[in-house]
Amino acid sequence: MIYDLAVPSQLLAALLPDLTLMGGAILLLLAAAWRPESDAHQRLIGRGAMGLVVLTMGSVIATALRGATVTDGPIAMDGFRWTMDLVILLGALGTIAISTEQHVRDGIKHPESHVLVLFAASGMMILAAARDLMVIFLGIEIMSVAVYVLAGLNRRSSRAAEGALKYFLLGAFATGFLLYGMALIYGATGETRLQEIAAALIRHSLALDPMFLVGMGLLLIGLAFKVAAVPFHMWAPDVYDGAPAPIAGFMAASVKAAAFATFLRIWYETFYSVYGLWANTVAWVAILTMVVGNVVALSQTNIKRMLAYSSIVHSGYLLVAVTAGTAVASGAVTFYLLAYTLATLGAFAVVGALQPVGETDAPIASYEGLWTVRPWLAVGMAIYLLAFLGFPVFGGMGFFAKWYLLSAAIASPGRLVLLSVIVVLTSVISAGYYLSIIRAMFMKPRAADAPEIPAAGPLTRTVLVVAAVLIVALGILPGQITPLTARSGFAPHPVDPALLSIPAQP
Amino acid sequence: MHTDLPPTGHPLADTVARFAWLIPVLPLLGFLANGFLSLRAAATPGPADPSAGGHHHGDHGAHDAAHDAAPHDHGHEDGHHAERHPAAGLVSLIGPGVLLAAFGLTLAVFLAMRGAREGMHAPFVMTLFQWMPTGSLSLDVAFQLDQLSMVMMLIITGIGTLIHLFSVGYMQDDPGYPRYFAYLNLFVFFMLILVMGASYPLMFVGWEGVGLCSYLLIGFWFSEQANADAGKKAFIVNRIGDFGMLVAMFLLFANLGTLSYEGVRAGAAELVFGGALVTAICLFLFLGATGKSAQIPLFVWLPDAMAGPTPVSALIHAATMVTAGVYMIARSATLFSLAPVAQLTVAVVGVLTAVFAATVGLKQWDIKKVLAYSTVSQLGYMFVGVGVGAYTAGVFHLMTHAFFKALLFLGSGSVIYAMHRAYHATHNHADAQDMRNMGGLTAFMPVTATLMWIATLAIAGIPPLSGFVSKDEILAAVFARTHHSTLAEATWLGIPGSVVLYGIYALGLAAALMTAVYMTRMMLYTFHGPNRTGEAERPHLAEAPWIMTGPLVVLGVLSAIGGFVNLPKLFGGGMAEILHHWLEPVVGEATLQVTLGETPHLSHATEYALIGTAVAIAVVGIALAWARCKPAALVPAAEAPAEVGLEKTLANKWYVDEAYDRAVVQPTLEVSRTVLWKGLDTGVIDGLFVNGSAYLMRGLGWVGSQLQTGRVGTYAWVLVLGAVAILSAFSFR
Repeated sequence: MIYDLAVPSQLLAALLPDLTLMGGAILLLLAAAWRPESDAHQRLIGRGAMGLVVLTMGSVIATALRGATVTDGPIAMDGFRWTMDLVILLGALGTIAISTEQHVRDGIKHPESHVLVLFAASGMMILAAARDLMVIFLGIEIMSVAVYVLAGLNRRSSRAAEGALKYFLLGAFATGFLLYGMALIYGATGETRLQEIAAALIRHSLALDPMFLVGMGLLLIGLAFKVAAVPFHMWAPDVYDGAPAPIAGFMAASVKAAAFATFLRIWYETFYSVYGLWANTVAWVAILTMVVGNVVALSQTNIKRMLAYSSIVHSGYLLVAVTAGTAVASGAVTFYLLAYTLATLGAFAVVGALQPVGETDAPIASYEGLWTVRPWLAVGMAIYLLAFLGFPVFGGMGFFAKWYLLSAAIASPGRLVLLSVIVVLTSVISAGYYLSIIRAMFMKPRAADAPEIPAAGPLTRTVLVVAAVLIVALGILPGQITPLTARSGFAPHPVDPALLSIPAQP
Repeated sequence: MHTDLPPTGHPLADTVARFAWLIPVLPLLGFLANGFLSLRAAATPGPADPSAGGHHHGDHGAHDAAHDAAPHDHGHEDGHHAERHPAAGLVSLIGPGVLLAAFGLTLAVFLAMRGAREGMHAPFVMTLFQWMPTGSLSLDVAFQLDQLSMVMMLIITGIGTLIHLFSVGYMQDDPGYPRYFAYLNLFVFFMLILVMGASYPLMFVGWEGVGLCSYLLIGFWFSEQANADAGKKAFIVNRIGDFGMLVAMFLLFANLGTLSYEGVRAGAAELVFGGALVTAICLFLFLGATGKSAQIPLFVWLPDAMAGPTPVSALIHAATMVTAGVYMIARSATLFSLAPVAQLTVAVVGVLTAVFAATVGLKQWDIKKVLAYSTVSQLGYMFVGVGVGAYTAGVFHLMTHAFFKALLFLGSGSVIYAMHRAYHATHNHADAQDMRNMGGLTAFMPVTATLMWIATLAIAGIPPLSGFVSKDEILAAVFARTHHSTLAEATWLGIPGSVVLYGIYALGLAAALMTAVYMTRMMLYTFHGPNRTGEAERPHLAEAPWIMTGPLVVLGVLSAIGGFVNLPKLFGGGMAEILHHWLEPVVGEATLQVTLGETPHLSHATEYALIGTAVAIAVVGIALAWARCKPAALVPAAEAPAEVGLEKTLANKWYVDEAYDRAVVQPTLEVSRTVLWKGLDTGVIDGLFVNGSAYLMRGLGWVGSQLQTGRVGTYAWVLVLGAVAILSAFSFR
């Protein structure tokens, strides 16, 4: 059936999953404030938050299965939204599961940290649904404000405070660009709905209107900041470094997934009609991101910073799919984000498990000989890193994620051969840092004075195992998940073919 | 796992065959369970740590980790005092258990297929899942159940079960016990994938998988350098064969656009008979087969592969994996029947291998080496069979060979086990596999001796034992094709096909003669004459426990009566050619194409003459060995004089290894070392590309990190620069 979002009951039904999460999160916030901070209370709220996330997942699935759609309005109801919701919630669930145990070790007793994750996740879900610039802004800010606080969760760490402040300052700066871009686009077209903007562009032939062009550029800058694309990436290593490991994983996985969801939504539904205007620029940002991210990652000695650059690199790869601009490419993005979320959760869980209590520094040297003391952690980490690398079989889904991305890029109307070649070449560079960690874990002896690694808690272990098993299993049977991610691909908004003829390949 | 059921209406669609996918899954589960147990034990340091298990001496299945401990009274009843693996009990249950279950299920599917015979014209293809849906190439994981894969599955799970059981006894004291069973289960899984897959790529998955397991099991006692080297040799030689397989697959896909068996079968109609394309495809496929099935020129790995535990030799290097090439050609019968030149090549290489390996077998002293060369030789026979388009005969010999060669290997394992225990009890370091150290073992192990005699008579070709029937069928088929067949009409390297076929027949007889000789020699030296083991050791010689002799008895029965599955028309009466009729839907058409649409017919007189010749050759061979080999004249290995002349050449396997070493390995190594390694790799690639680019990248990365000052101001500046760049890109156009 087709919902009319002007009818309150139908609007409620369309927003059911988001409202479930937000409402539940507010209740949990009250519960969190009820008692003084303690490890037990933190764990209890964590359990509650996980339950709420699972409930929300259920409501996403139930709403999706109802099969309702909308034709216009500020929010979308389509496979893309539901799939992205699930990917985001998966990231939130894993993050909360790991952090309930990790917080105890880090000495963080704030139960509201889990509620902040929930608020951030609800902002992300809004981003996955939003089809209106105002709603998008709302989603971005709900997400960002929560994440700013999460980044500085470890109040006793000066690095965390520094990272969080940097993130906040630069984030506010970038939000300025974003909001200004939205304002200019509204000024040029008089619309805030994505589809209406697209229609107005064609109706009034606004493609070369300077106000619109600058607006689009500013929007690109704002979103590029959120996905940490070069040169708007500088905040990421410092922030990931300061944040507790699970939160860094959340930022790398879910924040990125949500930002790409709205990036894809805006670019496909609104700007596809002026493909030729932005394709080159986005492609160059992608190239720059892939090259700089990979090259700088090579010289990192701290694993969290290395993973930060790795997450920057993956933004570069995903920007290639944005440039491709086809339904196949958006399906590839969801598959990629699922694989990337699983691997990121796992990798940061390992980082957390290996971090000495009370320290935020995680030198790569401390991974030497991990195989001899914690063989399963080493095997898991190897799987996640190989998935990042896109290694076949052992990297599981990672290989197919890159494979689908590349085939979408090559099959797209723009025939992005150059971009695809750069994806492959920079992946080769990335082997330099991923494999060196694997070599350190398996082939180097454990230093005699290396600290004892405490056993990971049951929840962390569950996350590690589930992530690794899913990555490998779905890498052997990608056919089990591709129907879902392929259905989530939505085609670009139909446009006048004449406008598409502007050459794209940089 | 969702299963796209095949088109309803297939007679197997609603039967137990629906669950056939479980057959390979069971050993896979076994592998996971045993592998887990093995890893768990490895993670627990202490007495159970396999790395603490000490050294191994060659193929000493009954290896005892307590070798260096204080001497114990090793009576054979009390068993070894080695610390058994803590998980051994569970592993002994899982390892053979999953195989037995798989065999049971295979039998059930077999019965279902037999029940549905009338309707079994098309294979039952079950698609389990889409594997790689990309573009024009969509690879499905699909299993194909038909009469041919059924025969192979029965052999693999049936013989596999027996060998797993035997291993329970043979490997009982090995510190790597769970690892051994994990590998063995994994091997069975891949072997089943190989024969059940419905397409060449899936067959290739199995093909590579069994290669991997073979490598792991040959080098099972990897702490000995020689064993690890043998594993590597097998691995590398097989890569050459794999190259052929891959090229053949590329050619098939490029020209037919499909790689599934049914697709190729349908598409083969478009190929030109005797054309260059189909000949090339078949020759490349055969190159793959020479690697896996140890034919000239790639046979060198198989004798070395005997470094693995003896049950592994029986299962992988005699009964199943090495016959994969024969299966592959039978599976590609449609293609091969279109390429007579390729077929003759297969048959000629097969018969040359048979003769060559038999000559080497004449002079080996290591009991397993004799059997290894015998296996190479018998595989040659199978290739003669499938080469001349007698696909049923080739598969039939594959089956009977699996029976009697598995029996011979397990029997030799039983002998080695006894010898090793005896030497172990007295701390003697003599070679437990050298026949010169054996002799007169009948008195100590009568069951093994009797059963091995049955197998020996079978392989030598004494009627009515299984080997006689199948070998005779191959030779009869070669003879029948000398006239009125596509092969006789073709020319091979300028020689008329019929002349080639007569040559193959003659060489086949020569190989049969030598087979009888070397097998009888082996039996005489091992089981007859005086015992040469040593005074102190003699009281310790004894028959192996029932868990090992039990499987031998079953194999003995099969070796004796296995031939009844496909008796020639001459004797069979109502029971004639059962296997022939069974395989008819799979290879019947291809066979008829070779024989120009007619069932080959030999007059009764000719047929009697052929059988008479074959029997006479076998009897002469045995008599010759009996007359020439005098066990009483032998001395133990340590005191034996060096061989001279032809004997030395044969004992050294015609110096093929040395020749390969001089002609291929050393030059390759030399070029690799000087040009590729020192020059290209270290100099250009490592120095310039790898290290150079790594330094460059790290340098650039360092520059990048320098920008990462940690100051928000810098970051904001970079951000603004980026913003300016992007806005300019949008504005100035």
